[in-house]
Amino acid sequence: MADLPAITLRDVVKRYRDKDGSQITAVDGLTLDVPAGVCLGLLGPNGAGKSTTMRMLTAQSRADEGEITVLGHPVPAEAKEARALMGVVPQTDNLDEELTVRQNLEVFAHLYRLPRAGRRRAVERALEIAQLTGRARTRVVNLSGGMRRRLLVARGLVHSPRLVLLDEPTVGLDPQVRADLWGLIAGLRDEGTTVLMSTHYIEEAERLADACALMSGGRIVAQGTPGELIAHHAGDSVEEHHGPPDRLAEIEALVRRAGLPTRRTGPTVSVLRAEHIPPSLADALGNGDRVVRRAASLEDVFVVLTGENVG
Amino acid sequence: MADTRLRRFEWAPVRGVWRHELALFRRYWPSSSFASTVEPTIYLLAFGFGFGSLLGHVAGYRYVDFVGTGVVATAALFTSVFPGMFNTYVRRVYQHSYEAVLAAPVDVHELVAGEASWIAVKSGMFSCVPLLVAMLFGLHPAAGMLAVPLFTTLTAVGFALFGVWASTVVPSINSFDYVITGILTPLFLVAGTFFPISGLPAWARTAAHVNPLYHCVELVRHAVFGFHPLADLGHLGTLALFAAVMAVLAVRGMRRRLID
Ligand SMILES: Nc1ncnc2c1ncn2[C@@H]1O[C@H](COP(=O)(O)OP(=O)(O)OP(=O)(O)O)[C@@H](O)[C@H]1O
Ligand SMILES: [Mg+2]
Repeated sequence: MADLPAITLRDVVKRYRDKDGSQITAVDGLTLDVPAGVCLGLLGPNGAGKSTTMRMLTAQSRADEGEITVLGHPVPAEAKEARALMGVVPQTDNLDEELTVRQNLEVFAHLYRLPRAGRRRAVERALEIAQLTGRARTRVVNLSGGMRRRLLVARGLVHSPRLVLLDEPTVGLDPQVRADLWGLIAGLRDEGTTVLMSTHYIEEAERLADACALMSGGRIVAQGTPGELIAHHAGDSVEEHHGPPDRLAEIEALVRRAGLPTRRTGPTVSVLRAEHIPPSLADALGNGDRVVRRAASLEDVFVVLTGENVG
Repeated sequence: MADTRLRRFEWAPVRGVWRHELALFRRYWPSSSFASTVEPTIYLLAFGFGFGSLLGHVAGYRYVDFVGTGVVATAALFTSVFPGMFNTYVRRVYQHSYEAVLAAPVDVHELVAGEASWIAVKSGMFSCVPLLVAMLFGLHPAAGMLAVPLFTTLTAVGFALFGVWASTVVPSINSFDYVITGILTPLFLVAGTFFPISGLPAWARTAAHVNPLYHCVELVRHAVFGFHPLADLGHLGTLALFAAVMAVLAVRGMRRRLID
């Protein structure tokens, strides 16, 4: 069991029919393994298919093609067994606002079939995870956004699952709350829980994920540790040139001719693999005063591979 | 828990849903009990004494007793179909609660079973209140009355599930107006509640026989004034069939709306 991946997706396709009858392929031949005990970051821009992938793992969305296995259970055939073993933290808050913090947790302790004896302890533990022990009797409608998100995460952990799906866990949160949640997720990873976390925050993936899968247009375009991905696709360093549009176009042309990838963002052109800039090109570019050198990032990788920004 | 196979239908999800309902009920019981018991009582008093003074007897019963038993059935209808429609619609569309529940080891049919059974039990109990009120106004107690909660609960199962199904069919919450005016009001009127169906034109009498509420009215009346064993088995069977058909439709509708 330990050697089997916690999640496998093989050639998974999911199509939606729009109201006007046109078809959207939300997931387009996705193949992915999430090894047990690993925190895998699923990175991709809006509409890449991250949430659809998560929903297929719980069988709330049914794949049109392909095979899915979660913790040894084929999905959707044994989806209920798989769901019993995993925790899900959805992208959109679906806590029950009219219930108290504790009641929200209690309902899920029942749904996850915790035995009577363990239920109380599990709820107390989840309250601690959410840092809401003192607010257990507060109704959810009266919680702050950050507290709600912590409760949403804790609800998905009430049964101490071996696998947790986190769909954009920190989107729209202030830095303090985000840091709290990052601590929590790092803690899960350190305990050996398998985590599949979707995000479009590069920083989040770089901090928390052991490995990243970059997703675009419903498929995985690259996979590896953040370091590997950066080294392989973007090199060591990046040179950012600032300047007026015609100068930038000129720079782009020069660099491309030298066979190096570039990336345009607003008033800058970034030259990737800047460590490979040959002396001749360096001369041609000149070392004007508006050049910044920095380390390559996952963001650069993403742009190189898809032409899209993640965030 | 680890890797055992779960059964297709389990009680744990139903208990979880009940847990949720119980928490809400603790909070809202004064208003919800008030509405579900006082409204039928008002009907009973208004019709019972209003028309009662004109009519005296109807179909061999004192009119107050006739209405007192009939109102039990309409209470079972309204206290089940409205929560079935509105609660499930709001929870599915606005609160996304079912999205959360279905990410846990719960299947759609278990969710529907949990929601419908809670509504039905609550409705089945509340709708007996008019009978108690009628007793205050001279209805004679009878042993058969003990079976009334059973009949109202069975009726409420069917109508709760009808409400759940309707909530999956309507395009928006305002469209429930069509269901209420176009389906529920006729069902409510043509069931032998306030006047016997024997006075209706033939087509309406036929329609009444396919109205589940009519069968509930008959059962309640017979429970109070004396069973007609063969006919009553037929009434019970009809209500059970209604509930079964609605269960299939409700589960199918919810699956279509919740799983894509
Ligand atoms: N129920 C649905 N019906 C029709 N189209 C859908 C449905 N769910 C998702 N889609 C479409 O599938 C594509 C992928 O959506 P998905 O929500 O999986 O993306 P995502 O990567 O989670 O994006 P985001 O970062 O914005 O959350 C989008 O084009 C979306 O419009
Ligand atoms: Mg998403």
